[in-house]
Amino acid sequence: MSKIRTIRVAAMTRVEGEGALHIRLRDGQIDEVRLNIFEPPRLFEALLRGRALEDVPDITARICGICPVAYQMSSVHALEAALGVQVSPELHRLRRLLYCGEWIESHALHVHLLHAPDFLGYESSLALAKDFPDEVSRGLRLKKHGNQLLEVLGGRAVHPVNVTVGGFYKLPRREELAALVNDFQWGLQAAVEATRWVAAFDFPPFERPYDFVALSHPDEYAMCEGRIRASDGLTIDPPEFEKYFREQQVPHSTALQAVRADTGRTYFLGPLARLNHNRQQLLPTARRLADELGLEHPCRNPFKSIIARGLEIVQAYEEALSILREYRPTGPARIPYQYRQATGAAATEAPRGLLYHRYGIDENGLVTAANIVPPTSQNQSQIEDDLRNYLPAVVAQPDAQVALACERLVRSYDPCISCSTHALKVVLERGP
Amino acid sequence: MRKPTLAVFKFASCDGCQLSLLALEDELLALAGKLDVVYFLEATSRIKAGPYDIALVEGSITTADDAARIRQVRRDSKFLVTIGACATAGGIQALRNWADTDEFVRAVYATPEYISTLATSTAIANHVPVDFELRGCPINKQQLLEVLISLLDGRRPRTPVHTVCLECKRRGTVCVMVAQGTPCLGPVTHAGCGAICPSYDRGCYGCYGPAEQPNLVSLSGQFEASGVPRETIVRSLRSFNGYAPEFRAESDRLAADQD
Repeated sequence: MSKIRTIRVAAMTRVEGEGALHIRLRDGQIDEVRLNIFEPPRLFEALLRGRALEDVPDITARICGICPVAYQMSSVHALEAALGVQVSPELHRLRRLLYCGEWIESHALHVHLLHAPDFLGYESSLALAKDFPDEVSRGLRLKKHGNQLLEVLGGRAVHPVNVTVGGFYKLPRREELAALVNDFQWGLQAAVEATRWVAAFDFPPFERPYDFVALSHPDEYAMCEGRIRASDGLTIDPPEFEKYFREQQVPHSTALQAVRADTGRTYFLGPLARLNHNRQQLLPTARRLADELGLEHPCRNPFKSIIARGLEIVQAYEEALSILREYRPTGPARIPYQYRQATGAAATEAPRGLLYHRYGIDENGLVTAANIVPPTSQNQSQIEDDLRNYLPAVVAQPDAQVALACERLVRSYDPCISCSTHALKVVLERGP
Repeated sequence: MRKPTLAVFKFASCDGCQLSLLALEDELLALAGKLDVVYFLEATSRIKAGPYDIALVEGSITTADDAARIRQVRRDSKFLVTIGACATAGGIQALRNWADTDEFVRAVYATPEYISTLATSTAIANHVPVDFELRGCPINKQQLLEVLISLLDGRRPRTPVHTVCLECKRRGTVCVMVAQGTPCLGPVTHAGCGAICPSYDRGCYGCYGPAEQPNLVSLSGQFEASGVPRETIVRSLRSFNGYAPEFRAESDRLAADQD
């Protein structure tokens, strides 16, 4: 008779949203690995139908309180593609500035409050702060800067109100942005220090031949525009996404999982994917820092995502600073448009990776169809695949250690489970 | 003296309201000195069983499991505070309450049999008694701080119950409805956000839910008189707080008249 061993982690922690991990070993061999997502489905794609297209950025923001700007950016770009709207270079820069605020806020949160405790052996950042008060305070201050930028440009940090199809409701005044320059100068240096700090952590020696997928643009570190690139050379325009990437439903998850449609293989999204494809497009401070830290190119260790996140905080500060300094309000806040029956799709880079949206609209400006593919549901099958490959190295340890090691690997993806369904539990079954 | 214990629970929601706790960057470490955070999955791997002195509850009830879980949370918690529009009014996902939820599930999932969800999204107060409701989509983190400090001081939290209109006056924002003819839900919406939208040249979209005794019939009459189509008014009331009783009654009245 075969021996089954099960390890359970009732609720995964320090991730956004709720889910579980289920691992079953039969006679010491990995039998099944499932990332269970039991976040209740909220059915956004259905409830968007019949809404005015102007409601879409406000409604889709509510899919995720950690990365609302990503939902607003992907939705307005997709709707603008449907309407045939091209925003001005000034509005494009302001959108990048807003996204910088979200990258800083979201990455600083993950690096300091959610992920760093794993490497240093603490249950939370509150516990970490007792022994590393300066590092945690610095991280909180970085996070606050991101939020301040979102507040000035977006009205508030969570679910900003200023983004609309065609641009913004209102352009910021020059002095509002200039007032942030001093803080951001400090922040750029602090972000460099924070990245050096995390780069010195111990990383499990785990590397895989990933298929990294990210937006890539020749002239800028891609956020809102560019082509979708994969490690095997695939390069497509965002509207072709559904031809090359396929969502499938699995019984243990309320999130749909994605694989490459042509190869059936899993793929890897997020800061590490972006950095591997776009290292040449980094601004000088982040590029020099990546070299100084000796980060491999490409880097195939998922645990080192924390370094990629740090480098992207540096990148976001440097870009934000140049926009904050140079900004002069000129053109209109928003580009006008006419309703028409059409379909439009776009992808932008959420803090956790590529976020694809497609909408159908009618001649009255109402939504007729919506498809949203968030980064975590795309990473979900990659995470399961990683766990299957990582488990043999840790499986000899007691259950609690195995569960902890697996949770750490999952956390390095910064999964956002609220997003993916639009709680993580670890359950491990194994023979003794 | 024992520090009061704090637990944070999530139901159907976006995480944005509990994130407000972590967004208190200047106060977070000091707060952690006064409160014992014993259950907060998003922030700490420490998990302690109840009872809890203060429970913050985010999200709405959309599954049978969650309906059972909130009853347990209530049994475990001395003072239960709902945070945000999902917990106090059902959230944007309550739009399903006017639709065929099975059809909604079929529209999103290829294999709907795997999905178990209730036909409705409802507020926490529809399931268990609630001690205090904090409004907003998202909540205002300063109001959350006021709630926590007042509970530590042993007094009832004080949050204003007037309308967004008053906040515009205090902020010195020119009325967007009077000056620009922009439809605005400010006259019927609960204060708390600080009247952000009108200061960004757009009308309030009601994300803090109905104020006390809102005169909705009068406001929708005003919208109609200024040429806003009735279906647009219905949609604007059916959003993040659409299932709050006052907004729901008015959107249902307008929709029934339309038929």
